[in-house]
Amino acid sequence: MARLEKSVEGKGPGRRPVRVTLLYFGQARDAAGRGEEAFSLPVGATVEALLRESFAAHPAVRRVMVRSVRVAVNEELAEPGRVLGDGDVVAILPPVAGG
Amino acid sequence: MSLTMKAASGGRLTRERLDPSAVLAQTGDPSSGGTVLFVGTVRDAGEAGIVDRILYEAYAPLAEKRLLEIEEDVKSRVPGVRVALRHRVGELRVGEVSVAVAVSAPHRAEAFEACRLAIERIKHEVPIWKKERLAGGSERWVEGTALRVAGTKRKRTGGRRGGTATRDPARGPAARGRGQAGR
Repeated sequence: MARLEKSVEGKGPGRRPVRVTLLYFGQARDAAGRGEEAFSLPVGATVEALLRESFAAHPAVRRVMVRSVRVAVNEELAEPGRVLGDGDVVAILPPVAGG
Repeated sequence: MSLTMKAASGGRLTRERLDPSAVLAQTGDPSSGGTVLFVGTVRDAGEAGIVDRILYEAYAPLAEKRLLEIEEDVKSRVPGVRVALRHRVGELRVGEVSVAVAVSAPHRAEAFEACRLAIERIKHEVPIWKKERLAGGSERWVEGTALRVAGTKRKRTGGRRGGTATRDPARGPAARGRGQAGR
């Protein structure tokens, strides 16, 4: 939040939206038909809100993610309640299959 | 592809063909009495048919971090070992090396233990995905296991947790298919 407040004056409506980049991997990338997508969200929006936007735009992504959703924000795993900041890079991580 | 694939030179993730002997060489040490090398290769029997090749994809920055963490953590858990990990990404043919783990230790027991620990963790904790390209031309993502938080290995099934599972926001906490994933 600290970094949000730096770029935002005052409170309430009229504040600049938060722009984030969402990355899709594996099955999620195929389901979304793209590897990344830009979203503009209201200040205070969470990871969960971002996912809702993504699922609305690409219902197939939601079907992929029903099994288990992991999300990273700025290259670290993050909770659904995490509040997003301007410029954050969020990644949808389907079940992994390395090795 | 550029985002997924910027394997820095010297990184543990690579687009280049993996040479197991080069990975092995990194664990050479005068105090070592035993070395274990695990080499994973693409096999022809896929989940849905005969595999022609497999496309490995990674979230490179996070995968590199995780591989480093695993290496460091294995070293701290099993004293005296040297560990080298490499994972390939890109399109691999049957028989090509996808992953190599080399561990040297003063004695063989530690080397086997640490090598096993490292490869199991690679399979669960690193954001890597693979798509099978079958001989008939069809493609299919391999069903994986939920990405596990580093160091939260659970032996028992059903004990999976880690705190980063995200509910399907449209479905609420009771998203189906939970709890029995993987393994």
